[in-house]
Amino acid sequence: MKTFSRPHLLSLAIAIGSTLASQAALAQNTPAIQAVASFSILGDLVQKVGGPRVGVQVLVGHGSDAHVFQPTPSQAKVVSQANVVFSNGLGFEGWISRLLGTANYKGPHIVVSHGVKALALEDSHGHKPHAKGDHHGDVDPHAWQSVPHVITYAQNIAKGLCSVDAPACDDYQRNAANYIVQLKSLDTEIRAAWAGIPKSQRKVITSHDAFAYYAKTYGVSFLSPQGVSTESEASAKGVGLLIRQIKKDNIKALFVESIADPRLIEQIGRETGVKPAGELYSDSLSAPKGAAPSYIAMMRANTRALTSAVQGQ
Amino acid sequence: MNGLTFLLEPFAEFAFMRNALLGCVALSLSAAPVGVFLMLRRMSLTGDAMAHAVLPGAAIGYLLAGLSLTAMTIGGIAAGLLVAVGSALVSRNTVLREDTSLAAFYLISLALGVLIVSVRGNSVDLLHVLFGTVLALDHEAVWLLGGISAVTLVGMALLFRALVLECLDPDFHRQVNPWNAWAHYGFLVLLVINLVAGFHALGTLMAVGIMVLPAASARFWVQRLGPLLVMSTTLAVLASISGLLLSYHFDLPTSPVIVLSLGLAYLLSMLLGPHGAWRQQRTPTPHLKA
Repeated sequence: MKTFSRPHLLSLAIAIGSTLASQAALAQNTPAIQAVASFSILGDLVQKVGGPRVGVQVLVGHGSDAHVFQPTPSQAKVVSQANVVFSNGLGFEGWISRLLGTANYKGPHIVVSHGVKALALEDSHGHKPHAKGDHHGDVDPHAWQSVPHVITYAQNIAKGLCSVDAPACDDYQRNAANYIVQLKSLDTEIRAAWAGIPKSQRKVITSHDAFAYYAKTYGVSFLSPQGVSTESEASAKGVGLLIRQIKKDNIKALFVESIADPRLIEQIGRETGVKPAGELYSDSLSAPKGAAPSYIAMMRANTRALTSAVQGQ
Repeated sequence: MNGLTFLLEPFAEFAFMRNALLGCVALSLSAAPVGVFLMLRRMSLTGDAMAHAVLPGAAIGYLLAGLSLTAMTIGGIAAGLLVAVGSALVSRNTVLREDTSLAAFYLISLALGVLIVSVRGNSVDLLHVLFGTVLALDHEAVWLLGGISAVTLVGMALLFRALVLECLDPDFHRQVNPWNAWAHYGFLVLLVINLVAGFHALGTLMAVGIMVLPAASARFWVQRLGPLLVMSTTLAVLASISGLLLSYHFDLPTSPVIVLSLGLAYLLSMLLGPHGAWRQQRTPTPHLKA
């Protein structure tokens, strides 16, 4: 731990010189605060709110799945040297408390979904929710798929950074406020994109049940051949029911999710004549040169892919 | 729902069920006879070890070329053959016996696979890939399974005499026929291509099930080779059909249900078959008389 580990003792004195201190840190060009974010989307949010003063390390990188993540010793080392750790919560990172214990991390652990109204896990085929310990409390953890929730995330991140780095608190609050303006215009943009499409047409099939929050906020139905976890194996009955449903309801949008088994979706696509419409980003960002290198780009890419697919384009 | 709709409706309505059925039947026709020879040569556990040896090859194929049927097939066959031939060469030319050299080779192969997977990250979709989904077989995959099945049956026909002799008396066979090593290698090739076929349909671990369990069940009922081959193949086909139907009607994952159907057949055979636990003891075979 560095000098910021017990900021409450010094906060009053330092608050006066906060502007000076933060500018000094900027001048050195090395991040003054080391933050750890549990997965890539959260990493982007922390970086946006933290700005250049905060160095962000991500545990579950782009393209990997946080549901079944196995921490490595070098990641435990990164955690043990961090000033602050951010996680999504809602049972998304079942492994995080164990990792923090193993790494002997004593600093603050900020759960960014604090204050978000969580949705209960639902399941399209009546499978029981998985009792494997990766979704505690049976709530859906993918709250970042709804932009209003991410506004709460940004506020929580700013609060978390202030708690370890009081001198730069104003910067964090300002960054968060700027970012929230962008998020609000993103939210308006997504709603406008869906506005022209009739409700009956807004039906999408994807291999990962990660879009319940998106569905609720923007009025789209997502159907899935598999349960919420990427670990489940589909049954012949589930696949058969889904094919019938596609044919009956005349669904056009079929997405191969970037993480779960794509072959099953392709099989359903062949059977129904629906062309698989590419990828949606659910739990992780794309590589820096991909279509979704940041949270805002991810939500834009998803919305563009979804709206053009449901219109059969 | 009457019996006929129960049996026919899923296959009539859905192409994916027909593909799954075709793939499983093709696999049964070739894997079950291979399993009989595995059993007779006391190599059933070799099948399991080879399944692990195939896995990293397929993983490498996947990492290099993505979800390509060809790349994963070639990778799996290459890794399997490397381990099979390597361990056979070592056991025939050094002090080590076949079991130990095989264990050594497949463990190296497995560790290498795990290393590659971990270094490249992205382990989840790979797991999906390695535990094949019988419901996702496309036309290409069904053709591949059919082709492997045909090659296996032709190969078995060519190697039949040598294989039988090697089962009965390997030492004698080694003396009378200098080509016997090739029969052994040929059989290992058949084993590997069937494991790769099974890996596409059922996943590596379940693939061994459709090889070993039908042969083991049939052995409780019949003694002679011909009936063993016929009965084990029939059992494998029946279990594939019942597995698919159970998975369809009762909403269960498919590959485990197919293998569990075979497991049930094994347990029943073990209890009820003429050479099973119960009747074997009550009807002792008469002593041979000179």
